[in-house]
Amino acid sequence: MTRSYEIVVIGGGPAGLAAAIAARDAGCTSILVIERDRELGGILNQCIHNGFGLITFDEELTGPEYAARFEELALQGGIDVMLDAMVIDVSTDKLVTAVSLDEGMVFIQAQAIVLAMGCRERPRGALNIPGFRPAGIYSAGTAQRLVNIEGFMPGREVVILGSGDIGLIMARRMTLEGAHVACVAELMPYSGGLKRNIVQCLDDFGIPLLLSHTVVRIEGRKRVESVTIAEVDGKGSPIPGTETVYPCDTLLLSVGLIPENELSLAAGVELSPVTRGPVVNERLETTVDGIFAAGNVLHVHDLVDYVSQEAAVAGRNAAAYVGGGRGEDGVSMDIVVSDGIRYTVPQVVDPARMPDELTVRFRVDGVYESRFVSVYLDDERIYHRKRLIMAPGEMEQVILRQKDLLARPGVASISFKLEEA
Amino acid sequence: MEAIHLTCIRCPRGCQLDVAVENGAVVSVTGNACKRGETYAQTEAVNPMRAVTSSVPVEGSATARMVSVKTACDVPKSKVREVVASLKGVTVSAPVAIGDVVVSDVCGTGVDIVATRSA
Amino acid sequence: MYDVVIIGAGVSGAACARELSKRKLSICVLERDEDVCCGTSKANSAIVHAGFDAATGSLMARLNVRGSTLMGPLCADLGVDLHNIGSLVVCTDESSMPALEELRDRGAANGVEGLEIVSGERLHALEPNLADSVVAALWAPSASIVNPFQLNWALAENALENGVAFHFDTEVVGVVREDGAWSVHTPGETFRTRCVINAAGVYADVIHNMVSPDTMDIVPRRGQYFVLDTSAGRHVRHTVFQLPTKLGKGVLVTPTTAGNLLVGPTAEDIDDREGTDTTAEGIRELLAKAALSVKGIPFRETITSFSGLRAHRAEHDFLIGEVAGAPGFIDCAAIESPGLSAAPAIGEMVADIVDGILKPALRDDFIATRAGIPNVEWIGAKDWEALIAEDPAYGRVVCRCRKVTEAQIVSAIHHPLGARSLDGVKRRTEACMGRCQAGFCTPKIMEILDRELADLSFDGITKAGPGSELIVGRDKELDGGDRS
Repeated sequence: MTRSYEIVVIGGGPAGLAAAIAARDAGCTSILVIERDRELGGILNQCIHNGFGLITFDEELTGPEYAARFEELALQGGIDVMLDAMVIDVSTDKLVTAVSLDEGMVFIQAQAIVLAMGCRERPRGALNIPGFRPAGIYSAGTAQRLVNIEGFMPGREVVILGSGDIGLIMARRMTLEGAHVACVAELMPYSGGLKRNIVQCLDDFGIPLLLSHTVVRIEGRKRVESVTIAEVDGKGSPIPGTETVYPCDTLLLSVGLIPENELSLAAGVELSPVTRGPVVNERLETTVDGIFAAGNVLHVHDLVDYVSQEAAVAGRNAAAYVGGGRGEDGVSMDIVVSDGIRYTVPQVVDPARMPDELTVRFRVDGVYESRFVSVYLDDERIYHRKRLIMAPGEMEQVILRQKDLLARPGVASISFKLEEA
Repeated sequence: MEAIHLTCIRCPRGCQLDVAVENGAVVSVTGNACKRGETYAQTEAVNPMRAVTSSVPVEGSATARMVSVKTACDVPKSKVREVVASLKGVTVSAPVAIGDVVVSDVCGTGVDIVATRSA
Repeated sequence: MYDVVIIGAGVSGAACARELSKRKLSICVLERDEDVCCGTSKANSAIVHAGFDAATGSLMARLNVRGSTLMGPLCADLGVDLHNIGSLVVCTDESSMPALEELRDRGAANGVEGLEIVSGERLHALEPNLADSVVAALWAPSASIVNPFQLNWALAENALENGVAFHFDTEVVGVVREDGAWSVHTPGETFRTRCVINAAGVYADVIHNMVSPDTMDIVPRRGQYFVLDTSAGRHVRHTVFQLPTKLGKGVLVTPTTAGNLLVGPTAEDIDDREGTDTTAEGIRELLAKAALSVKGIPFRETITSFSGLRAHRAEHDFLIGEVAGAPGFIDCAAIESPGLSAAPAIGEMVADIVDGILKPALRDDFIATRAGIPNVEWIGAKDWEALIAEDPAYGRVVCRCRKVTEAQIVSAIHHPLGARSLDGVKRRTEACMGRCQAGFCTPKIMEILDRELADLSFDGITKAGPGSELIVGRDKELDGGDRS
């Protein structure tokens, strides 16, 4: 027996909740959020540190508090929730298959879907770090779950690889819970995390940050006994002779996040090889009509506030899709990126269908100081603003105005690039 | 006169602040993009403060083993370790609501430890 | 007094145990690790070779072909995944064609059926992603891939069901002939027995040399591998071997029964019998060598690498037989490739030898079959729904990457010879073997182990037995320090 909903949101974390709420606020009355955990909130439930909500609520909240705000709004009515339920398939026809202990296998026909499954962590195996495969190697998020949700410490002498925010946060967390963190090693010559976290999580505790370093060996048959850290050259290759052995019992890895894109693939949406999330247009709609995406499953974010903003756009558009169907197509243009810009979301823009103001989010591919972010329509530059500092770890945005595009019909390309002047 | 260089932590921008301190008081702050940065520098340069977040076990909850907690507002940076240590052995009993006081006036700071999730 | 003590619960020991359990004998298996399948048996190519590679007339050749014949019915009886996908040995230059033909002829002499050399369009249609330099290949339709963890476990479990006792965390430290029988010494107790089967893998020589002055020398030969995500699992459709050259055996590329792509192994002779580490050199070697036979391998989809040791002997043949001067002590040694393929036949041969010594009667109540744990990853919705109707816990997915449900994990724990560690669950269910490499499911599996096993607490759970505990204590109970 198949149920139907107008909108099915896959994932009940910050993206899913914000999308569902926005869809309801836009007038949709048939919304289902499917969440695999026993509670809503997604990854925020284990992010017990603060720094969330400065933009959304003008308050500094912890992850669980931020999640609770959205959960409260979502549960005010009009949004059904399935917990402890795993979506195992999404078809191109928007038939969603989920399984749960309580309800068994459930089929839901959706008119529109919002993909909000978040992301997963890159494991040791994907880096091929040589050595043994003992207990004590954890991705930072798994360690975070053990410490914050289960209440158990995964180790006492810790080395962290990767200076992304999760690694930095866990450096502090482990230290405060009684472990000793020897160092954080970072492959790149700059940190991937926020400045705030370098100061609050490393400097405050005297934990050294080893830039341009990586782990080249793991020792320990049953449990980690040591890791070897070496300096790397400009290409990221270990420099012989720079190896230092760090005795430890734990290696935490914060070496990259990857959108959980299995369902996206199942649904037949086109993925971007750069973000590894779906290619989307100005409505955050994927290449499959009526399937939208937002949050970390679309591209990995740094600030949950932007996740909520983005997801609200997806939710509103999903509601509009249900309300009015596909609507008139204009001419879609790919946004071409170059010269320091790694990707944009959305990747495709239809000037006729974009809102008055479209937020285009992007990331740069290195650390740039005093560069201009420039947007060109064909050869005409319509945006040119200086940024004092940009880094890969900090998502940026440009607001594109529809009137600028409509004023130039016949434009064939939109390009984003960094310029020195 | 002392020149202190700080990275502002009030928001993820991490503005680089240059603070001039004379006789234990802040004389000038530059480099901040907003008022929060200036306020931050006023204290960070002479009396650094920190929020502390942690977790404590909860009994009697069907949904959670641990409840996340935080200092209701910032405490002196020098007290952070002491504050966390004082949570050792502290447990709470369900039901717990966000904002419930778990420890009041922790370590004599005048600041409460409050729950940040329900259980 | 036992009739038979088997040293080693890898696939050889388990195959011997199962075969011997068809007889009226008292049998026990002593395993130094925490579980079955902890040595070579868990870190190999998972291939059931057709049998053309081993030297004609060798024990390897005979047992490979026999084992390969027995494997189909055995896997069906024991609920083990076996996929008859065939194999290709590729040749990348014309001057090596005679070697390819020799291999075909050797295979025919060994009794392998269906071998033929293919090239051109037909080869390309069979395997589109072969390297452009491939000129021809030896096609062996009888080759298969198997789930080695399931096979080892199923053999052992079936043996247990038929009366064989298993002792884990039990290392054999001495074997002595006294009072007309064998005393097998372990740190805990001494086992008295009429026959000993030495199936101790890379330690078989150590055990053998305890009882015979005619020493055996086993060289641990390390093989490193990459495992690629299921997204790459169809990059080749058959097992692709490289023709051995002067530089040695090549590297194979193969699908696995779980749908991954496996690339490897290296072949490095080392001294350390515990040297199951991967190395930077080995990783580099695999990346380079795999490209010789298969193009465009999407190494970006690598999810893990591992290494295993084979028990290599200079003479390069199995050593199975009663040891001269040690009546009742039977070596089952030097079981390197094609050891997995030959396992059922090895069990037969060893049981035959024991029959000659002990002349036991056959049991009439031998339980020949065993049901495996259903796998929902590849079954259709209707079949999955039927499982949920029987047991709602099939509705809770625990390992997201491999779609392993709570019911399967609970089953893996409560099956005979059930899982007691994270790796134990992993080998029995595919959990933890996906692209996130247990990042998501570890805390959940720990919760289930804690709940299902009364003698295991959350913080006592190990990855792979004592010494590999995942947790070191509760929050705030460690004595750490910062340097500020």
